[in-house]
Amino acid sequence: MTPPHISAAVRAVTARAGAAVLVVWGAATCAFLALHLIPGDPVSAIVGSNALVGAEQREEIRHHYGLDRSPLVQYGAYLKQLATGELGDSYQLQQPVSSLLADQIGPTAQLALWSSLVAVVLAATVTVLTSGRSRWPRRVSSAVELLVVSTPSFWLGIMLLTVFSFRLGWLPVSDSGDARSLVLPVITLALPIAAVLTQVMREGLLGALEQPFSLTARSRGLAEHTVRSRHALRHAALPALTLTGWFTGTLLGGAVVVENVFARSGIGRITLQAVSDRDLPVVQGVVALSAVVFVLVGAVVELLYVVVDPRLRKGTGVAAA
Amino acid sequence: MTTASTTKPLFEVAGLNVRFGTGPGEVHAVRDAAFSLDAGRCLAIVGESGSGKSALARSLLGLAGPTARVTADRLRVAGHEAREFGPREWRAVRGRRVGLVAQDALVALDPLRPVGKEIAEPLLTHRVVPRREAGARVLALLERVGVPEPAERARAYVHQLSGGLRQRALIASAIAAEPGVLIADEPTTALDASVQSRVLALLGELKESGTGLLLISHDLAVVEALADEVAVMKDGRIVESGPVGRVLEAPEHPYTKSLLAAIPGSGPRRERTVVAPGDGSAPLLDVSGVTKVFKGARGSRRTAVDEVSFALRPGEALGLVGESGSGKSTLARMVLGLAAPDGGTVELGGAPWSGLRERDRRERRHTVQLVPQDPLSAFDPRWSVARIVGEALATAGVARAERRERTVRLLKQVGLSVEHLERRPLALSGGQRQRVAVARALAPSPRLLVCDEPVSALDVSVQAQVLDLLRSLQEELGLATLFISHDLAVVREVCARVLVMKDGRIVESGPVERVFAEPAHPYTRALLEAVPRRARAAVERL
Repeated sequence: MTPPHISAAVRAVTARAGAAVLVVWGAATCAFLALHLIPGDPVSAIVGSNALVGAEQREEIRHHYGLDRSPLVQYGAYLKQLATGELGDSYQLQQPVSSLLADQIGPTAQLALWSSLVAVVLAATVTVLTSGRSRWPRRVSSAVELLVVSTPSFWLGIMLLTVFSFRLGWLPVSDSGDARSLVLPVITLALPIAAVLTQVMREGLLGALEQPFSLTARSRGLAEHTVRSRHALRHAALPALTLTGWFTGTLLGGAVVVENVFARSGIGRITLQAVSDRDLPVVQGVVALSAVVFVLVGAVVELLYVVVDPRLRKGTGVAAA
Repeated sequence: MTTASTTKPLFEVAGLNVRFGTGPGEVHAVRDAAFSLDAGRCLAIVGESGSGKSALARSLLGLAGPTARVTADRLRVAGHEAREFGPREWRAVRGRRVGLVAQDALVALDPLRPVGKEIAEPLLTHRVVPRREAGARVLALLERVGVPEPAERARAYVHQLSGGLRQRALIASAIAAEPGVLIADEPTTALDASVQSRVLALLGELKESGTGLLLISHDLAVVEALADEVAVMKDGRIVESGPVGRVLEAPEHPYTKSLLAAIPGSGPRRERTVVAPGDGSAPLLDVSGVTKVFKGARGSRRTAVDEVSFALRPGEALGLVGESGSGKSTLARMVLGLAAPDGGTVELGGAPWSGLRERDRRERRHTVQLVPQDPLSAFDPRWSVARIVGEALATAGVARAERRERTVRLLKQVGLSVEHLERRPLALSGGQRQRVAVARALAPSPRLLVCDEPVSALDVSVQAQVLDLLRSLQEELGLATLFISHDLAVVREVCARVLVMKDGRIVESGPVERVFAEPAHPYTRALLEAVPRRARAAVERL
């Protein structure tokens, strides 16, 4: 490695890190603004329905949480907290937001990553199987995709529960801690994602099969499915990758509906609760967390892009040639 | 090398028909074709785009496509009757008995895989060698097709190789499983002239060593260099066939004659009014010492245009010749005011042109117009001809009410008519599209046309018509033309003076006749070598 090479790499990493900080700051600011613009007194949210709290105690609480300061000062304090990784204490649960989120990120990550994986594998398989020369499998698959995409996930979840848990009794109804309880929520989340991914990948795959290199591959005596899986699928993967990254980021921010339907703990459930209770520190913490997650997922997607497409690599890239 | 018995023809075809679609939309792409090909021989199938030659070639591999219906009285491939072939039998033939070399290796090899893997694919598919020996075999193949440093090149991706090397890699992948016959579909069309001759030599070697060659080409120079026999195809039918010498020297069918006559430089050179250099008129375009440097990855710098100077007088036609990467398009962009030179100046009509703010340049933009190489990608495919030309008129300040009439007048000027007004680019032929491109360039009444490879995407017969059009416009309107091409024969047709560009520098310049007759620079000589022999003979007759 030569020095200018290193300095270029350092500059690239610095630029990315700067952009990441900007994204998190922007998200945190939007959350702060939104929560402060909502009418109502946050102290009522803190005390809840406890009618025994007098005006004096209310003032004490207000002071304790720093809510008597000007919005600008509150904003500054909030940013300072954020920068040090401190997210404050939850109004309702009286514990640090960071430990609250740390407890919940596990189940959510488990659900999100499994759903993404299942969706990608399912989409790739269906794409390869239905992009043959015959048009019928493609038409049937397209119709099913449309149906799945337009089905609300709570309904899909309830239907799956009804059939596989209540009727057949194969799988647990709610989170029982073992891996089997993950199956239905993962399917509920993965199916619509897989349907969208299949549509994008099929478009890319059929395009790649029209390309001259596919003709060359066929002219070598390759079977049609080998041409699809070995050559064309990789070309179709590029647009699908972006989409998968976006879905994964969204799921890591919490799958609100599915977590509720299957009575699972997770970021989505806390978010829902925190929003309805006006538990400001928790909501702000969730927003900051999902901003960080999106930045990380974006970086991973970019890395994968380079793995899939050698033309983007530094050593073998178009610019280096 | 051949696996089929030498006594049996590699291909034996009679009554071959290829149809696409059904009902009234049916396209009868190949009609009643018949030919045969023996080992160590080369049969060339010649025709313009849409003549059915590619459909014919693909049907010999069973790859005419899912919508194609192929019927034949006789279709013997490597000694087997292929009419009854199922998918499995076809796969056994592809790559093993018949190899395919497609047009442009940049897209014909998978861009996401190293070329070594691409070359190994037929070896592994047909189990020619065990997997662990495939690597060594790939290196031997790369060496065989004349690729230097094969170990390094095998790990490279297509975009990292030069045009010549990647075409060799494609040929290596086609011959990997040692097929007895190669189908070469326009194998050199995407290559520069000097690289083309080396790839042709390689194909010639393969033929010498006993491989049969079915060459598909629109380029008679390539055919002349390689083929033993020629079949001329028009609208799906083989209209004339025979030994290459006979067909090209004494063509019988009128279509063959017209193809030969359309080769640029083959006809008698037309008289035209030429503004003699140095006749005192002030230059319209004055380029002095322009340089353009591009910064690459890791701070590398590439000088695309290096201290280039030339002047162009009103009404003069100047040719700019060079291979791809020689810097001619970058120079054109600076002349068009679309790229700023890093050094030197461009003056237009006696006033500065480079180094201005775009706002100050806009008023005079109409004086220089571009005719692009490929109008299909330069036009919005959803726009009608009326809108494409109308946009240029609107920019030139023509009132809405007058635009239609002016558009029709422009279309007539370029040999089109009212009926083309509402057509979209895809509904036009290649030649018609280029005419529309010229009409759009003429719309703001320019004084200088920059034509960037205006005919290189066209068939020869259409090429001749577009060149005729450009020539007559020069005469009628007194337009100055900067004509950029890689093809010396084309430049000779329209230009009086020529600049030869190599690696960003002008290596030779002068009147076309002089440069053709006594090329001073070795590079010009190499370019001239690549001009079809027939065209060169015509030049020598001058």
